[in-house]
Amino acid sequence: MASFIQLLVSGLATGAIYALIAVGFTLLWQTSQTINFAQGEFVMLPAFFVLGAMSIGAPFWLACIIAIGLSVLTLGVVFKFAVVDPMLKHGVLPLVISTIALAVFLKEAVKDFYSSQAQPFPTLVPANDIHVLDAVVSTQSLAVLAVAIVTVVGLNLLLQKTRLGRSMQATAQNPTLARILGIPVRRMVLYTFLINAVLVAIASILISPIYLAKFTNGETLGLAAFIAAIIGGFNQVRGAVLGGVILGILDNLSAAYVSAQYRAAIPLLILIVVILARPQGLLGRVEERTV
Amino acid sequence: MPRIGFIAAVFAASLGITHAARAQDTVYMPAILELSGAGAVSGTNFRDGMILAVEEINAKGGILGKKIEMPLLDTQSEAGIARSQVQKVLDNKPYVILGPVFSGSVLTSMVLAQEAGIPQLVGGEAATITQRGNPYIFRTSFGQQFSMPKIANYVRDGVKAKTVALLWVNNDFGKGGRDNFTKEMNARNIKIVADISTESGQADFSADVVKLKGANPDAVFVYVNEEESARFLREAKKQGLKMPLIGETTLLGQKVIDLAGDAANGVKGHVGLTVDAPIPAVKDFAERFKKRFNYVCDHNGIKGYTGIYFIKTVAEKTGKFDSKAFAEAAHGITISPKDVPNILMEATWDKNGDIDRESFLGEVVDGKQKIVEVLPKLGK
Repeated sequence: MASFIQLLVSGLATGAIYALIAVGFTLLWQTSQTINFAQGEFVMLPAFFVLGAMSIGAPFWLACIIAIGLSVLTLGVVFKFAVVDPMLKHGVLPLVISTIALAVFLKEAVKDFYSSQAQPFPTLVPANDIHVLDAVVSTQSLAVLAVAIVTVVGLNLLLQKTRLGRSMQATAQNPTLARILGIPVRRMVLYTFLINAVLVAIASILISPIYLAKFTNGETLGLAAFIAAIIGGFNQVRGAVLGGVILGILDNLSAAYVSAQYRAAIPLLILIVVILARPQGLLGRVEERTV
Repeated sequence: MPRIGFIAAVFAASLGITHAARAQDTVYMPAILELSGAGAVSGTNFRDGMILAVEEINAKGGILGKKIEMPLLDTQSEAGIARSQVQKVLDNKPYVILGPVFSGSVLTSMVLAQEAGIPQLVGGEAATITQRGNPYIFRTSFGQQFSMPKIANYVRDGVKAKTVALLWVNNDFGKGGRDNFTKEMNARNIKIVADISTESGQADFSADVVKLKGANPDAVFVYVNEEESARFLREAKKQGLKMPLIGETTLLGQKVIDLAGDAANGVKGHVGLTVDAPIPAVKDFAERFKKRFNYVCDHNGIKGYTGIYFIKTVAEKTGKFDSKAFAEAAHGITISPKDVPNILMEATWDKNGDIDRESFLGEVVDGKQKIVEVLPKLGK
């Protein structure tokens, strides 16, 4: 039982990070039909912004803020105007290929300009143990979980409870009607790119102490988040959250109780089952778009 | 038009002359290494150790009057790419091939060099590398059949463990280590209570640490590559894993300590090569390395450095650049620092290409590797 609780908490923490990345996937898809195959590399890059800021003397907290700011600029604004806008008018497929190229570019650029070797990355909180029902739960896992939950809840409040959020919802559901109603659609779409940039930067700060900062980190993370988004429902933010959490927990439990060798296959098996049984995802809706 | 043709002919001829002149002045020894991917830590250390040695040797006139030409080729830590790179350099008739470091890459590529009769100096530690009757393969570090008995003795006598858990990486290096370690544990009646395989490049070790806690062994033997070692140590500290963590050089190396931070403290094990060895020549080398590359090298840096001096010594012994003569002369050779100071420690290469030399028991204390005992050569 103690092992199970530890695995559950650890899986929840990893799953929460997957969820943040997957939510970004769904946001971009919902508002601009952008399938971003560079999403994993988007998570990899901010860790190097943090390390870069720290190397010139910034404390960790300030480096995180700088990294989020730089991410908003490069992974939000520049990505939207330099990659998405010029390519989207040619259809979804050229854009998908462009994001694949962007992923390769980001990976190789980090390798060339920083290092091909993994780099140590500071943790949010020091490693301490908390005892829960005979299980030893790490404060680091709880801190990751807490930050991820606060981020998702904050995003949900923004989308559901504010005028800005409702305008973004309207843009996602019917951009033409939203434009007639006076909603600045182009600006709303830009906001989703900025939100995605913030989400991937937070995910990067949370995952890098575990993975270490390395140029290849995006490969695993991008795939995990993509699978999470499909399992949960590509057209629902709450679906992406559920998909991420399921994936994180199952990955941990299957590695411990089924087979460590086949742990990578378990999410793909679930993906196949979901596609066969419920193609729109666990919480997705057929042909409906909301954020 | 004829004028353009004349210029082209002169240009082509000059290229040929330049190449021929360069070939006469240099000895071609390409290095095929893990410069990116999962093995980048090992490959880049190995590379920099070799670069330092090549710079020193070339500054003093080279080997037998020829300067070393050592182009660097990246395997990306993939065995298939390593094989193609070896195939590629064989066309240029190298004197010796340097690398790779990953055992899997060595095992898939060494047959090509063997067929071409070119000696290959590798960093791989899998026992099987030197058990396939290849007369052209030479190690720069212990094979697992040499290191595991020393670790097993330490687990029995130093840690006094009756039960151990084994965490290993599922590649040629890890499987070889796991098989040899298991054999040595069985020979000493030490029970293996958990046998956990992990994947190369694995990022999340939380489930593995939970399994180790559940098994509750007297000690855990960790045999994964450097980056994975660091990730594992961080997770072990995060989850409060209390039992002694024992390993080989890949657990106690400086890069692992740098990556794992505080989590590396208390780790113990056997170290084949280390810059913290209580040997003045090694410490002097470590300082030169740090001055040149601005970081502390790990065991792979020493492997690369001493490997080049091994080649120089054998080449000078044969008195010519003949690959076959090299392979024959290198078997059974013992090189002592008295004769070749840059070999750093006395080393012997046996008939299989395995290396034997002194090694060390180490412990990580306050973020530094501390050597607690020097172990003699197995052949003594």
